Amino acid sequence: MTETYQTRFAYGEALLEAGKRFPQVAVLDADLYNSTRTVLFRDAFPDRFFDMGIAEMDMTSTAAGMASCGLTTYVNSFAMFVTAHCYDQIRIQICYPNLHVVLVGSSAGLTQGPDGASHQSLEDAALMRALPNMRVLSPADAIETRAMTLAAVEEIDGPVYLRLGRYPVPNMLDRDYVYQLGKAVWLRDGADVALLAHGHMVHAALLAADMLANRGVSASVINMSTIKPLDVAAVTSAMAKCARLATVEEHSIIGGLGSAVAEVMAENASGKPLLRLGTRDVFGESATADELLIKHGLTPQGICDSVLATQP
Amino acid sequence: MGNPHPLERTAYELRLQIVRMMGANKAHHFGGSMSSSDIITALYFYAMRYDPKHPDWPERDRFIMSKGHCVPAQYAALAMLGVFPLDELPTLKQMGTRLQGHPAAHLLPGIEGCTGSLGQGLSFANGMAMAGRIQGHAYEVYCLIGDGETHEGQVWEAVRSTPLHCLNNVTAIIDRNRLKAMDQSYCGTDLGALADRWRAFGWQVREIDGHDMGAICDALDWAKSTDDAPCLIIAATTKGKGISFIENQPQYHNGTLTDEQLEQAIAELNARIAELSGERAS
Repeated sequence: MTETYQTRFAYGEALLEAGKRFPQVAVLDADLYNSTRTVLFRDAFPDRFFDMGIAEMDMTSTAAGMASCGLTTYVNSFAMFVTAHCYDQIRIQICYPNLHVVLVGSSAGLTQGPDGASHQSLEDAALMRALPNMRVLSPADAIETRAMTLAAVEEIDGPVYLRLGRYPVPNMLDRDYVYQLGKAVWLRDGADVALLAHGHMVHAALLAADMLANRGVSASVINMSTIKPLDVAAVTSAMAKCARLATVEEHSIIGGLGSAVAEVMAENASGKPLLRLGTRDVFGESATADELLIKHGLTPQGICDSVLATQP
Repeated sequence: MGNPHPLERTAYELRLQIVRMMGANKAHHFGGSMSSSDIITALYFYAMRYDPKHPDWPERDRFIMSKGHCVPAQYAALAMLGVFPLDELPTLKQMGTRLQGHPAAHLLPGIEGCTGSLGQGLSFANGMAMAGRIQGHAYEVYCLIGDGETHEGQVWEAVRSTPLHCLNNVTAIIDRNRLKAMDQSYCGTDLGALADRWRAFGWQVREIDGHDMGAICDALDWAKSTDDAPCLIIAATTKGKGISFIENQPQYHNGTLTDEQLEQAIAELNARIAELSGERAS
């Protein structure tokens, strides 16, 4: 049995590592440090950690003030609280002056599960993608989560949105994987369809590619873990190599990876079909993660079925 | 009557710079910029440890204009100190300028943070105070808030945070000019409760006349020497202070002067500056 990991756990450990290596790292949380896993940093570096209470707007603006003094500040809560609840603060106080704040949206997507629509962030990537200066990162597995968490302080200077999930997946990337901002990772080659995915949907896409192979459809799988800046070359390569493209994300088909890929295809006159898989302009609901993934067609079987149903 | 405080004249010179940079025939936030001029003068020319030649000096005291639309008063102070040239002031809000309609920290030296969406400045001030603690700097942090701005919920999140995290080097100042864009801040009521509300969160509060330069400087001294709590100074001010026909007129929250009105405003301010110079000389 392959071991699986939730990206939020890998994040908590990587943040602790970032704290050890970089004295300029500070962390804010909004009364969720167990869920967000910043508890590890809190216990190791109490002087660089502040629990801001249930006051996310205050937390976000406070992070901007800290960043203005040269600290790299990680802001933590559930994805919709970090993004939608604080959009104005992120826009004016962080993105406009291009401050080095890392917004970490934990438990993003449908697989947040039982808490229902209020807690299931399906628009966060769209919101963050629209902001100038913002980078939008969605790691596929624990290895990439660690790499991105460290790259966010070491390699990037400016606003970052790091989207983390709750759904356990095995590691797919190599142990020595180096994350490069804006660089997609080609995981599997196939000519009939290219599956472009982010977050734990990369694993689902790989499993779907196996199923498609059994049905005589060869699929490429590309880990589009940087949603912004998008790896345009990866998309145009997929356009050149594959008969059609499909995006797969635990996010609305509006504004996220699906839209970003559609924009590239339209601007490059691809003339090829695009299938956008994700939630179709609807809210989530209370259920188990697996029930929700089945309902929205985001299981390996669901992805496989959608591709076959639209196969020319 | 004793002699006027020497910085009173500086405050009127600052008002003159504001009116000149705004000019005629264009809508500007006259009211709040003029009501806060004495406070801004006391901060930059009296209270703050600040080196105009090195506005990025890590040990500097910080000021954040939470009521971002009043940033022309801060622009005037920074230019008078020499952080950037005085002749850049008239570029206010023009295409390509560093002097945006609301503060742009990444464009202009001396601006600590971006505001303009009301209610966010005190949280930012708290962040600068936290950073100072982490980095081992002992600077003061000042934040100017409008009384109407305290309608914003985030202000109260921040009011809670400052004492909670013992950020006792933070001083908030409310420019209590009683007017917002449309009418009176609390519809004419409830201003007395403001002090009690902040006290309930753990702040020390002092209420002063925001146009009495001696009182402003004393209050800033008090805030700096108060080490066991953050301090709030509620400064009672007059919106548009210093220009007779603008004072207390809500239409000049963001209003336009004719050429004649501009001339009159400049004449009134010059007369006051001359008066203050004369009184001081005698």
